[in-house]
Amino acid sequence: MSRLATKFAEFKKTGHKALIPFITAGDPSPEFTVPMMHAMVDAGVDIIELGVPFSDPMADGPVIQRASERALEHKMSLRRTLEIVSDFRNSNQDTPVVLMGYANPVEAMGYEDFSQSAQAAGVDGVLTVDLPPEEAYECATLLNAHNIDQIFLLAPNSTNDRIKKMDAVGSGFLYYVSVKGVTGACHLDTSDVQKKLIDIRANTQLPVGIGFGIKDAETAKVIAGLGDAVVVGSVLISKIEANLSAPDIAKQEIIELLKSMRFTMDNQD
Amino acid sequence: MTDTTNSYNMPDERGHFGPYGGLFIAETLIPAVEELDTAYQKHMTDPEFMAELDKDFQYYVGRPSPLYHAERWSHELGGAQIYLKREDLNHTGAHKINNTIGQILLAKRMGKTRIIAETGAGQHGVATATVCARLGLECVVYMGAVDIARQALNVYRMELLGAKVVSVTSGSKTLKDALNEAIRDWVTNVDNTFYIIGTAAGPAPYPAMVRDFQSIIGREARQQCLAQTGKLPDALVACIGGGSNAIGLFHPFINDAEVKMIGVEAAGDGLETGRHAAPLCAGRPGILHGNRTYLMEDDDGGIIETHSISAGLDYPGVGPEHSWLKDIGRAEYVSITDDEAIEGFHALTKMEGIIPALESSHAMAYTLKLAPTMQQDKILIVNLSGRGDKDMHTMAEREGIKI
Ligand SMILES: Cc1ncc(COP(=O)(O)O)c(C=O)c1O
Repeated sequence: MSRLATKFAEFKKTGHKALIPFITAGDPSPEFTVPMMHAMVDAGVDIIELGVPFSDPMADGPVIQRASERALEHKMSLRRTLEIVSDFRNSNQDTPVVLMGYANPVEAMGYEDFSQSAQAAGVDGVLTVDLPPEEAYECATLLNAHNIDQIFLLAPNSTNDRIKKMDAVGSGFLYYVSVKGVTGACHLDTSDVQKKLIDIRANTQLPVGIGFGIKDAETAKVIAGLGDAVVVGSVLISKIEANLSAPDIAKQEIIELLKSMRFTMDNQD
Repeated sequence: MTDTTNSYNMPDERGHFGPYGGLFIAETLIPAVEELDTAYQKHMTDPEFMAELDKDFQYYVGRPSPLYHAERWSHELGGAQIYLKREDLNHTGAHKINNTIGQILLAKRMGKTRIIAETGAGQHGVATATVCARLGLECVVYMGAVDIARQALNVYRMELLGAKVVSVTSGSKTLKDALNEAIRDWVTNVDNTFYIIGTAAGPAPYPAMVRDFQSIIGREARQQCLAQTGKLPDALVACIGGGSNAIGLFHPFINDAEVKMIGVEAAGDGLETGRHAAPLCAGRPGILHGNRTYLMEDDDGGIIETHSISAGLDYPGVGPEHSWLKDIGRAEYVSITDDEAIEGFHALTKMEGIIPALESSHAMAYTLKLAPTMQQDKILIVNLSGRGDKDMHTMAEREGIKI
């Protein structure tokens, strides 16, 4: 069983809801990322999503686009992202790490080489925004052979048939994108999420993470009451962006926000 | 060469041209392309839809466009008889409208009220703004900030036509970034918005659909050539940005194995400098903007910034069908530098009194090389994809003239 599946099985028993932060590898600098990952684990997160910077992040809003650009200025790449995971694994063998990015860097490296290198680095899941299940079969098969989960995004307009398709090709968890839009959009409607989850649950046994548009502890709490995991990204990256000359302050603010989310998520009324 | 051309039947039902094409997009857009695919499959075989399209081609676009025997130029080059397919005479001055007029008819039947598009040279943006004005639909055009500066005239034209032109300042601020931004808009407004992609690229069904709308070029050219000369052409030449004017000319000849097809990419400062826009000549396969195709990318799979004097060719990818035609050897792909394109521009202007677009000038420049190597009884059809009015400022500036 993959590290992700094991974790989610544990959480299911205890009713624990996973908190999953997203940061872009190498933003604002390559040195920032590994210590930030450890600090987030100390703050109570369960799984870490690392963005792999790409020149053309079509599904991302301005905040994550700029994070990608900053990381690329430091020559961050898929290979160097794997080195970051490997560094992190030197002192943490427990927290699952999911890479999130676009198909072309993986394609350029080659699916076989990537699957091997990712496993060697200690990656647990891969989420490729522009690789829907129709096109993902080859990649998913290779990743699974290396004990890595291929994770798919579900959208508000995904039909039941598509949920079934992702259930068949995907593993680890499904990531429900709670709004139609790019990352960082801000019109999440929790009652819509609640309705959609009924369809999703009816078509898959996989755990469901929910993200896009979660910015504060109160929303995290509500979402944790609905799904199995809460994913937060743009709001964390905004803090990096607001403190480019003082990354320690960014780190501190991120930790505080994650702690407050952890607290509200664990204290459902 | 694989013998797949006798009954060429691409793409497959999932939009693949061999390993190329496909559907590499975010989940939110899947229902939108599925809806589009259903509408496209339904209407392309619907006589009523096709009749409406034909009528618009004839009375609004001004088709058929002439196939013009450039006798003086042919004589001067001393080789093949050069025939120009005059897409520059279409309404709005380029082949782009063949596609926008088709897609807007689909949008209308699908009940979409808001149209978005990306543009490089501004020709596709103008062609989109034009058909939106005609139907009274809201139109938003994404255009890189660099392109806005070098194609100011077309920006003004789009605005006159009622479109909102959004300046894209991310990345390299050119066509690829305009595409990214259009895709972001589409994801956000997917319910009421139709995305009119301007070339034969993007997720399925766009590459095949745009090809089908542009194939009017090749269907007419084939008939006209037979009528005027009694035989098929020996070779076809067209410039390649995303590849829509080229595939539109090529496709109706694809089963005529004796007709050579040559696509001309932009070599910019020269392929050896790395400053070019020639993925088929100097790139490798990868995934961008919804399809697998030849791309210009670095070792890490990052997309490289391109360079061409012509904004309409300044794109790091190419339509997937060209990738396939290259691999199976059915078409040949060559490249022309900025300087050579300028020679082609002047040659046609001086010899025939026709000022070509800088994009089309790449095809003219290759004609300068190719025609003299062919015998005088050979026929060469060159796609004159657009007129050069939009490029007056670029040309004048390059030659140190203030206008
Ligand atoms: C006149 C003209 N020719 C050619 C092109 C290149 O596009 P494509 O390769 O899709 O024909 C453009 C694009 O803007 C254009 O304006």
